[in-house]
Amino acid sequence: MTAISAGAASPKKQVMMAMSGGVDSSVAAAMLIEQGHEVVGVTLKLWGGDSDSGCCSVSDVDDARWVADQLGIEHHVFNMGADFDEHVVDPYIASHAAGLTPNPCVECNRHVKFGKLHERAKALGFDAVATGHHARLVTREDGTFRLGRGADQAKDQSYVLYMLDQEQLGRLMLPLGGGTKDEVRARAAELNMRTANKPDSQDVCFITSTGGRQKFIGARLPLTPGTVVDGSGEQVGTVTAVELVTIGQRRGLGLAGGSDPQFVTNVDTQTATVTVGRPEDLLVETTPLHQVVWAHEPVEGPVLVQTSAHGVPAAATFAGGVVHWDEPHRKVAPGQSVVLYDNDQVLGGGLALRN
Amino acid sequence: MTGTAYLDHAASTPMRPEAVEAMEAAFRAGAANPTGAHKLAREARKVLDRSRTTIADAFGTDPGNVVFTGGGTEADNLAIFGVVGARGGLPACSSIEHHAVLHPVQHLGGHVFGVDARGVVDIADLNRVLGEIEATGEKVAVVSVMLANNESGVIQPLDDIAAVVRERSDAVLHTDAVQAVTWLDLKTHTAAFDLMSISAHKFGGPQGVGALVMRSDIDLVPVILGGGQERERRSGTQNVAGISAMAAAMAATEADRASLVSRIDALRTRLIDGLRSVLDGVHESGVDASGDRSHKVAGTAHLCFEGLDSESLLFLLERGGLYASAASSCASGAQEPSHVLAAMGVSRDLAVGSLRLSLGATTTDADIDLALSVIPAAVDQLRGTR
Repeated sequence: MTAISAGAASPKKQVMMAMSGGVDSSVAAAMLIEQGHEVVGVTLKLWGGDSDSGCCSVSDVDDARWVADQLGIEHHVFNMGADFDEHVVDPYIASHAAGLTPNPCVECNRHVKFGKLHERAKALGFDAVATGHHARLVTREDGTFRLGRGADQAKDQSYVLYMLDQEQLGRLMLPLGGGTKDEVRARAAELNMRTANKPDSQDVCFITSTGGRQKFIGARLPLTPGTVVDGSGEQVGTVTAVELVTIGQRRGLGLAGGSDPQFVTNVDTQTATVTVGRPEDLLVETTPLHQVVWAHEPVEGPVLVQTSAHGVPAAATFAGGVVHWDEPHRKVAPGQSVVLYDNDQVLGGGLALRN
Repeated sequence: MTGTAYLDHAASTPMRPEAVEAMEAAFRAGAANPTGAHKLAREARKVLDRSRTTIADAFGTDPGNVVFTGGGTEADNLAIFGVVGARGGLPACSSIEHHAVLHPVQHLGGHVFGVDARGVVDIADLNRVLGEIEATGEKVAVVSVMLANNESGVIQPLDDIAAVVRERSDAVLHTDAVQAVTWLDLKTHTAAFDLMSISAHKFGGPQGVGALVMRSDIDLVPVILGGGQERERRSGTQNVAGISAMAAAMAATEADRASLVSRIDALRTRLIDGLRSVLDGVHESGVDASGDRSHKVAGTAHLCFEGLDSESLLFLLERGGLYASAASSCASGAQEPSHVLAAMGVSRDLAVGSLRLSLGATTTDADIDLALSVIPAAVDQLRGTR
C-alpha cells in the first residue's frame, strides 16, 4: 500500500481554508498558497457566549483576518451559530441530562465543519475544504481515501475526524499532517505571523476555565444531587450533580479519605445513583457501539481501538457492532467516541453504548 | 459582463464630491482648534457655525439645537441616555430599531413595541406598551421610532405615532433618521418629533461624523464629559473637516433629493421586477400582494429568497462583482439573523435568505444591469445544488 499526502504535486485547486485564527490553520493556509492553490480563508462564528479557548471570539477572527491579509488571500466570516447550537450545544446538554459523556468537538466536526461548511464550499464551487488538523489524507491503491494519523503522534487529531466518509475525504486537504507542531510553530515564526506563539486551544471551546462545566450545564439544566454507593449498594458519599459525573472519574465523589482509590463504574441518572468500585471493577470484555460510520465500507475483524482523543489504542475485534477487547479494557463512558483503526488509518467509529 | 456594482449604499454611501472638497479645504486651512481665540481658530469656528446652520436648516430648527457627534450611534445613545438621565422614567422604542437605539433602551430596562407585517409600527401595541410603563408607576421618558428602517427601508408614520404618544404622556420623541436623509424631506417628516439622529456617511459625508438635532431645547445629560463643547452636551474637540463635509453633503442632498428619488425609484422597480420575472420564490420584505412600495424609501430593495442562505449568496454575488449585504453585520463580520425580519413575522427559514440591495446617488443603469445578470445566476447555482 502506498500512502501519498494529497496536496503535494496535485493540480491547482480552489480551496476553502477553514481558519480559526490559530497557528495551525495559519500555517496550513500558507502551505496551500505555496503549493499554488487558489485559497480563500473562512472563519466560522460558532459560539456567541463566553469562551476562553476562544474558538470564535472577535479577537480570533481578527487574527485570522490579519493572517489572511498577510498572505494576500480573501477572508470571509460565516455565521454558523445556529447550526452549532442545534447540533453541538443542545445535544451536549441533552447528553449530560441522560448521563452520557458527549464529545462536542466530534459533533462540531460531523455537523458543522465537515457538514455545513463542506456543503457550502461545494455549493460555492470550491474543489476542496482544507483545515489545520494534524492528520493525513491517504489515497489507497484502489483509489479510495483514508484518514491517517498525523506525523506528530502527540498532536494527532484523527480521533476527532473519524466520521469523514469517502465524499468528504475526497474533497479534503490537510496540509499539516506530515509535520510536527514544532515545525508548524517554526514556520509561523519564519513567516512572522502574529499567531506563531498563540497557545494551543484546550478543551471545549464554549466552556470557560473559570465557570467550568458545572456553570455552563447548570445554567441550562436542573442538576440533580446524587448518592454514591459501592458495589454492595451501600452509600459511601454524595455528588452535587449526577449529570456531571463520568465513568472512570475519581475525584469529587464525597468519599471518606484513607480507603483504596475508588472510581466511578456506573452512573444512573434515573435514580441519581453513582456506583464506585476498584480499578478492576472498571474492566470490561466488550464495548457495544451505535451510530457507527465508516470511512469506506463496514469492517469486521481485528482492529486497533482508541477511546479518547489522545488515548493509547488497544487491540480488539469488531463484530456485530461490538468491540471485543483482546485484553479486558477500561469501561468506556457511554456517549464517548470509539474509533477503529487499521494500523494508523481510521476505518470508522461510533459512540459507546452502556454495557 | 464585467465590472462591479456597489449596491450597499445603506451601509455606507460614497462621499459627494462637494463633501470631499469641503473636507480637503478644511484640512488645507490648517488644524486649528475651533475653541481657540486666534484668527485660525476663529476661521475653524466659522466653518463649524456655517455647517451647524446648514444642518439646522434641513430640519427647520435653530443652529443652537444641533449637537455634533462622532456618528449616528453616538447620537442615538445621547438621545436615549441623555433624556432618561435628565428626566428619569423609562424609554420605549419599536422592535425594528437599529441596535444603536435598541441596546440603550434595553440597557435601561425600557420597553419595546412591535410592528405589523409591512414593518410599520403597530399603534395598538404602542398604546399597550405605554400603558404597561404607566402601570409600573414610572413615566415614559422617551419614545424612539426610526424614520426609515435600515433593512426594509420602511418609513414610519411619525405624525401618527407622535399623536398617540402626546395624547397620554409628555415623553420626548426621538427618531433615528440615519437612513432617511437621502430620501425624505426632514422638515416635514420629523416635524412632530423632538430629537433626530443623523449620520454623515449615509448621505455622502464621511464616516465617524453625525449629529443629534433638536426641534427645540430639550434637557439632555451628556454622555461624554470633558471640555464642555457643543453647549455642554457633547465634549471633545469637534471634527471640523468632517462636520464641514457632512454639511456639504447635506446641502447637496437637499438640492437634488427630488430628482434623485424619482430616478432611483425607477431603477429599484426595474431591479425588483427584473429579478422576479426570472426567479421564483422571491419575497419583497414589507410589501404585500398589491406591490405598493409607497411606504418605503426609494433606495432599498429588500428581498428574501426561498431555499437560500445569505452568506452563500453574498459570496457568489461578490464573485460576480456585486457588493450588497444581508442582515446587519456583527463586529466579527459575520451575518447575524435579522431582528427586523423576525419582528415583521418573517419566518427564520425565509429570513436566512435575505438580501438587501440598497441604491444611492451614484447608482446607474449599468449597476442594475449587472445585478440582473449576477443575482439570477447565483441564485440558480445555489438552488441547483440543494
